[in-house]
Amino acid sequence: MNISMFDILGPIMIGPSSSHTAGAQRIGKAMYNMISDKELVSVHFMLHGSFHLTLRGHGTDRALVGGVLGMNAYDPQIKNSLQIAQEKGIDVSFEGTDLGEVHPNTVRIIAKTSDGQTVSLMGSSVGGGNIEIVEINGTPAKFSGKYPAVVINHTDRLGIISHITSILAINQVNIVTLLNSRENKGKSAMTMIETDSPIDPSVKRELESMSAVSSVVVMEKVI
Amino acid sequence: MYFSAQEMLAQLKGTDKRICDLVIDNEIEISEISREEIISMLEERYQIMYHSSHDALEKEITSLSGLTGGSASKMWNYYQKGSMICDATVIRGAAYALSCLEVNASMGLIVAAPTAGACGILPGSLFTVAEKYDVPHEKVLEALATASGVGQIIVKKATISGAEGGCQAECGAAASMAAAAIVEMLGGTPEQAFDAAAIAMQNIMGLVCDPVAGLVEMPCAKRNASGVANSLISADLALSGIFSEVPFDEVVEAMYKVGKALPSTLRETALGGLATTPTALAMRDKIYGTQASSSACSGDCASCGGCQ
Repeated sequence: MNISMFDILGPIMIGPSSSHTAGAQRIGKAMYNMISDKELVSVHFMLHGSFHLTLRGHGTDRALVGGVLGMNAYDPQIKNSLQIAQEKGIDVSFEGTDLGEVHPNTVRIIAKTSDGQTVSLMGSSVGGGNIEIVEINGTPAKFSGKYPAVVINHTDRLGIISHITSILAINQVNIVTLLNSRENKGKSAMTMIETDSPIDPSVKRELESMSAVSSVVVMEKVI
Repeated sequence: MYFSAQEMLAQLKGTDKRICDLVIDNEIEISEISREEIISMLEERYQIMYHSSHDALEKEITSLSGLTGGSASKMWNYYQKGSMICDATVIRGAAYALSCLEVNASMGLIVAAPTAGACGILPGSLFTVAEKYDVPHEKVLEALATASGVGQIIVKKATISGAEGGCQAECGAAASMAAAAIVEMLGGTPEQAFDAAAIAMQNIMGLVCDPVAGLVEMPCAKRNASGVANSLISADLALSGIFSEVPFDEVVEAMYKVGKALPSTLRETALGGLATTPTALAMRDKIYGTQASSSACSGDCASCGGCQ
């Protein structure tokens, strides 16, 4: 484990809490990256543990919404994010809930876009502004947000992971972590990959062109 | 690369390098950026720290919750009157630290160092000492690198999360980082810098994280002010030639064990310590009384408080 000096001297952030504000913004930003260029219609936040208990006092609500709108941790507009979302006509709602055996600072974000799609992710704020994305569209995940990532929905088929990683290798994209899960043999599966360099639209198209692949979501790094 | 103070000291032995040089060399290697880029990133952080440590000195800033504010300007006025018990360096540093925490609690811009809740200790103590000795700006930036190196070791060996280790992990880490940075900035040896860091951590070992209403306000701001005094006295102790009998690495490991031994009620859950005193509970009820209606309100209500 190697830690940058700027993980210690940072993040540069709008207060008051590295875990309840900066971490919340980063989880929201992960959703922003997941939605990509689609138009957001509504966003619902299911808040667990101390994320719910200290929501307003820590500005967690504003930080989450700011993140979903694409704001960075140091953006002073985070303070006004609820108003900005309202002006954009985005329906924002919060709900306190029990998400089960998860970190005390965890939120599930459910977003609807104008094309009628619903996407969700669950993230935990684990301290000092660091986060973990622990679930994407209901499937367990493990992203730190420190790297670009790609989420590929596909059919479980012999050699598919090899095919995916070959496409990345040919395009000079180095893999940091790889996580794969499936429902049943031969049924739908998901491969999640963190990479050193961003995934270009051309690489995304190449992945999408594989016959077993149903969707590809490219996520920029959050931190 | 280094994982302990012992490793850092071994790498420095026989060279004329300092801790900050090792930290910057390591960063060049792991982040693949140049020394110039690192210095410019340090400068960016310095500027934000400078502003957050000064912005609440001459105007009162109230926290988002509305519960706290105005302490930094009180301390600054007290400092300017010139009659104080501690040395003026301590009082000025404490005012800076309070300012950082007030800016933080009002959703202003700060640099987590290493966390937001402890963001006043490093700038407070470093800047006041730099002013006292008229330290060249570049040396102050290098001192920030020294501080980062101490923080890196604490993260690698233990934690800087209050939820995991209590306040000792946040304000303890910040005071250790600041004490070492000051010692090295004033010409102390790397050994003395780590002695100062070890002493600062020992001084508040066991301190619990018990924020009133779960907010980064009470007692966080005051603990940042006293954290300045801690880092300054620790630096003075080390520079006088007093060393820490227990080396820094072992102190950090002990801090981690103490943190693990703390019940969760005393680790940033607001379920124990000061947070459950009658006064604190009354404050909590005051601000969260109508929490359920939070989704209905969506404006810039930083100064409203109507729904809080």
